[in-house]
Amino acid sequence: MALLILVAVVVVLALWAVGSYNRLVGMRNQVLNGWRQIDVQLKRRHDLIPNLVNAVRGSMDFERDTLTAVMEARAKALTATGPADAAQKEGQLTQVLGRLFALAENYPTLKSNDNVKMLQEELSGTENKVGFARQFYNDLVTKFNTAQQVFPTNLFANMFGFKPAELFEVTDDKDREVPAVDLTRR
Amino acid sequence: MNLYEQQASNRRKTWLIMLAFVAFLFVLGLGFDTFYLGTAGGFVPIGSVVALGVGSASAAVSYFSGDRAVLLSTSARPVEELEATAGDADRLKLRQLQNVVDEMAIAGGLPRPRVYVVPDQDPNAFATGRGPEHASLAVTRGLLDTLDREELQGVVAHEMSHIRNLDVRVMTIVAALVGAVALLADWARRGMIWGGGSRRRGRDDRGGGGAAGVFFLVIWLVAIVLAPLMAQALAMMVSRRREYLADASGAELTRNPMGLARALEKIESAAAPTQAINRGSAHLCIADPLGRAMNLKDGFWSNLFASHPPMSGRIAALKAMGFQGGR
Repeated sequence: MALLILVAVVVVLALWAVGSYNRLVGMRNQVLNGWRQIDVQLKRRHDLIPNLVNAVRGSMDFERDTLTAVMEARAKALTATGPADAAQKEGQLTQVLGRLFALAENYPTLKSNDNVKMLQEELSGTENKVGFARQFYNDLVTKFNTAQQVFPTNLFANMFGFKPAELFEVTDDKDREVPAVDLTRR
Repeated sequence: MNLYEQQASNRRKTWLIMLAFVAFLFVLGLGFDTFYLGTAGGFVPIGSVVALGVGSASAAVSYFSGDRAVLLSTSARPVEELEATAGDADRLKLRQLQNVVDEMAIAGGLPRPRVYVVPDQDPNAFATGRGPEHASLAVTRGLLDTLDREELQGVVAHEMSHIRNLDVRVMTIVAALVGAVALLADWARRGMIWGGGSRRRGRDDRGGGGAAGVFFLVIWLVAIVLAPLMAQALAMMVSRRREYLADASGAELTRNPMGLARALEKIESAAAPTQAINRGSAHLCIADPLGRAMNLKDGFWSNLFASHPPMSGRIAALKAMGFQGGR
């Protein structure tokens, strides 16, 4: 009788372990998928920036510092490892891009250039998409991490090699500073 | 009501409307059998059977391709098609529209709907389809020309909420069935004139079938005459309150209620009727395409017959949201 109870307990435990393992795997894939949505937009943004710099270079030649800063920030963003790092570097890229757009407002030839306007539209489109996808992704990450940390799943999660996922979020206060440029486009 | 309750209620309403439509046709068919064919000798209820068949078929067709019918009636064209042939300035606008739709699809966690542009100078927009996987979003040319990016985003978010909570399903089926009823009513009216002789004969056969028969005849005639009107009232009933709701959930998607508020102000000030959109699909639109005065006030008759809530109320509600959000 005691043996029977023991077997039953072991079976229940095994079933529960399999269940929570599968649930965690499903969540991990959701997180990866959510990140891919953001990553696609970030890549698109990185591809667009050289085009923009080339398009404005002729008219903004003496704003060389800003243009270089944009290209540098882009190069840094390309080397980002993982969501938290990407969030920080992309944030800086957003800031210098904002400065570039603000400066471009002073050049009537640029303001009426259809190519530049199109690139600007595409860039603000990708930026918005990243913004909206971020909320979705961070929700997934929070759910995944919580599922790993609650008792008793936490006993298993470590054993099976699950690690908490990173939020796509700027955590450093310095990076949170609002850039002093007006990004509103009319 | 949360999102799931809204979706469930819209699913239920779609079924109810389709059932009511089939039942209504069945009554018409029954009337045809009773008054044209009579019940004497070798009675075959052709009318009822045909009506049931036609009713179910048109309900099914409306459900599955009502969106195509609506789009066709407004002569909307796919944005990709327009973009291929557009000039530079125009291409920017069309690309902006697609970007904004993508953004709102991401924000709402929905697949991207097909995007159409209606060739009309009055700013307006609507969504149609039977659910997020089969949805289309259309804006007029005038809307693209008058609104800036934030305002366009507000309007697209409003339409996206209609898609997400399945409002589109109810409104599309109503639009398609309003069209079907209008057709049938036309046909029935002609049938009555044409079949006048046989009706008299049928009555002679039954030898004045009594007061009940006359009563039924009157109801039947009234039903045929009033069918388009009733369909119209239905279309209006389904859309009034849900516009407020879609405004609010749209603002949740963009987190910028002022964008939509400004868009509505612009749409209202361009009060010219949207000619490309006809009476049957007016309730689908973000603003009444017919520019009816009924929609300007709140009150018993307006609540009964106006298809859209007063614009000033919607704008005020959005602005209140904006101030609460500290914007």
